[in-house]
Amino acid sequence: MAEAPVNDLGLEQDLADAVLGTWAEDTETAVIIAPDRILDVLTRLRDAHGYDFLSNLTCVDYQGYGGKLRGDVSERLEIVYNLYSTRRGGGSVALHVRVPEDDTVPSATSVYPGANLQEREVYDLFGVKFDGHPNLRRILLWDGFHGHPMRKDWHEAYYEEDAKPFRSRHPKGEYEFHEDKLPWSKNTTYPAGWDPDSWQEAVAYVPVSQAPQHENKPHLDTESIVVNLGPHHPSTHGVFRMLTRVEGETILALEPEMGYLHRNHEKIGERNTWLMNMPFTDRLDYLNSMSNNWAYALAVEKLADIEVPERAEYLRVIMAEFTRIVNHAWSIGFILNDLGALQTPALYAIEEREMILDLFEAVSGARMMCNYMRFGGVVRDLPEGWHGQATYLANERLPRALDELDRLLTENEILRARGRGVGYLAVEDLIALSVSGPMIRAGGLAYDIRKAEPYGIYDRFDFDIPTLPNSDIFDRYYIRLLEAKESVRILQQALRDMPEGEILGGRGGYTLRAPEGEVYGRLEAPKGELGFYLASDGKTQPWRYHIRSPSYINLNALGPMSVGYKVADAIVILGAIDIVLGEVDR
Amino acid sequence: MASLPPNFQQLKQDQLRPFLHDEISVPDELEANVLITTVDKIYNWSRRSSMWPLLFGLACCAIEMIATAASRYDLSRFGMEVMRPSPRQSDLMIVSGTVTKKMVPAIVRIYNQMAEPRYVVSMGACATGGGPFKEGYNVVSGIDKYIPVDVYVPGCPPTPEALIYGLMKMHEKVDRQSVVSVPWYQKDSSQFVPVPRLGPDVFDPRQVELIKDTTLKAASNGAAAASNGAGGAAAEARGPVQLSEKAIARMEEAKRRWRAKQG
Repeated sequence: MAEAPVNDLGLEQDLADAVLGTWAEDTETAVIIAPDRILDVLTRLRDAHGYDFLSNLTCVDYQGYGGKLRGDVSERLEIVYNLYSTRRGGGSVALHVRVPEDDTVPSATSVYPGANLQEREVYDLFGVKFDGHPNLRRILLWDGFHGHPMRKDWHEAYYEEDAKPFRSRHPKGEYEFHEDKLPWSKNTTYPAGWDPDSWQEAVAYVPVSQAPQHENKPHLDTESIVVNLGPHHPSTHGVFRMLTRVEGETILALEPEMGYLHRNHEKIGERNTWLMNMPFTDRLDYLNSMSNNWAYALAVEKLADIEVPERAEYLRVIMAEFTRIVNHAWSIGFILNDLGALQTPALYAIEEREMILDLFEAVSGARMMCNYMRFGGVVRDLPEGWHGQATYLANERLPRALDELDRLLTENEILRARGRGVGYLAVEDLIALSVSGPMIRAGGLAYDIRKAEPYGIYDRFDFDIPTLPNSDIFDRYYIRLLEAKESVRILQQALRDMPEGEILGGRGGYTLRAPEGEVYGRLEAPKGELGFYLASDGKTQPWRYHIRSPSYINLNALGPMSVGYKVADAIVILGAIDIVLGEVDR
Repeated sequence: MASLPPNFQQLKQDQLRPFLHDEISVPDELEANVLITTVDKIYNWSRRSSMWPLLFGLACCAIEMIATAASRYDLSRFGMEVMRPSPRQSDLMIVSGTVTKKMVPAIVRIYNQMAEPRYVVSMGACATGGGPFKEGYNVVSGIDKYIPVDVYVPGCPPTPEALIYGLMKMHEKVDRQSVVSVPWYQKDSSQFVPVPRLGPDVFDPRQVELIKDTTLKAASNGAAAASNGAGGAAAEARGPVQLSEKAIARMEEAKRRWRAKQG
């Protein structure tokens, strides 16, 4: 036990007994750790080995798993930790912890504060309790919901079978409505014996009550109150809710409340075949469907070892960089919206978006939900005239538009007055909170997966990773503008160098059976690190389909960033994180 | 103080004059004409031409709704660019996106807060019937399970053109209404929709008796339900499928159409 499995990981001898076995034979370091030693291992990896970024934390339910037993540990639930190093770059370490269903796991929040939201999600959907978590409550569903829905034996109201295509959908001229099968014709189930008359609502959580009480001045009697923003509020970018405890106008504590758009991607994803999930990824971060497609295709290609032809790689880069420009323009417009510059900057910013959406529509058939990538390439080649229009955009129109935004906004006095020094959080704290994307680059750390762990063909292009030093609202605005300009550079090179040739290797995964195993694939989406954790048992649908979404995990920093500022600033701070609720709640 | 224009006093006097009507000269050929219209026509015309939507986005469709309001599609052509964040000030609710169980109490509450006359457009597949996420455990299969809907716009998401078409249909509907028969001038006709509550699962207060019957029966049937853990009642209710008469009729109709198509 002592030597063999620990070499790859580089753990010292005193922690060797924590490793119960290896998970995979390939290059990624994947090991199974004893539950009671996980904190020791995490601390050692963070302090001595430089793994300072807890990227992904999720859970897999292995009840009824058809594949091989890994490391001779047979407990039902498995917590997965994917760690990366932001200083060194490079690949991940994957730690696995196996526990029975009613056991607890030590919470990683003391080592990586960024585990906060992810552990709450695991608790909500799988029912794993984390010992030592500061605020272990349901996060996506509400207190009092029955059961933990991501468990394999929990069935939704419209459950038919474990895997699609469902037999009821065969086209024989007969169709059934799900609604007709339940007496209340709604998508709900209730536990047997539940009596609505004697039922009492779960005790409402008193929000942000742990906030420090402001010390009362002798001559001034003040009282802090809770102000609720959302879920229907014009400033929250969708159905998001912020509970703030304020004293006067100053925020003492802020608690994000989400789940209002929890659409069960992951449960549906386990029923779908591999390819059926592709259009669902469009609807995660619905501003950037192309990036989402790519992230999912990347993970599946890594798992099933599929080659991508040259031209398809170029097409993917082109689409992803167009998407990044769309996203950053949108985000800049709406940061200004949150600052009170209602609509005018946003109208300017989304003008170019329409031009780019026209290109997407021409190539994929849809403006927003492109569903363009397949495993091993892309689904359609460019129509006639597309390349010329795209080249015109990339070489002339977009640089001009971005310069115009720059001229219009960057020197603006109000933007500077409201943005400078507001929402500050040191970059070390941001990394500890698992924040990724433009947020940490606006704090001065040049960490971009396109450079740190290049995927696709990003190593061929000449581009920079812009950084700014101040980590405040203004820098978060400006970094997006700079990144969009770099995207234009990449686009110009990609459009110039794109070869002719195949666009789809193999059969595009229409009948894919991914080999047994697990994979964590990630890329630099416009909002940060977008990852897909997939586990397969060799069947036609994923055993586990988990989305590590940047918007969701970046929200870890919302509370710490907002404390001490005014309520009006909190709205801009949220705007500068740039969340999309489809991705936050999934 | 800046120097006043020379005719300042004159201008001021003009402002103060009670009515300008006497000054406006009507051309001779129009003097004998009388225009007649109906109250309905004026009333509907003004309501249709300034229908303010609620600034309310749920999901992906909200992005297309914003695109519709933005410069290229320009909703202000219809007098609809004034999106009001407060339900008290708005006439039209565009349910733009997936309605989840956690969100539906808030939506119904917002609907209740809107003043009559109020209209609802269900935008996109999700708001209409659950869309691609219909089977999800946290997804409501269509907002019309809770509040009445006037116009459904299909699409995932509908393009701005589709939304505009839906809004024009909405305007047509408004044009057909009459002050005499509209519900909000009738006695006791505008009522609050009971707000759904979040129990073990979301439930509609109107269906409490039905739910109670089913769950208590499931409990008395005991063992079979318990074996399925959390989904007990559902398993019981699902059991051997008892299709409703409505469903059977619908299926018969579908079969008939299919046979007709086969020739």
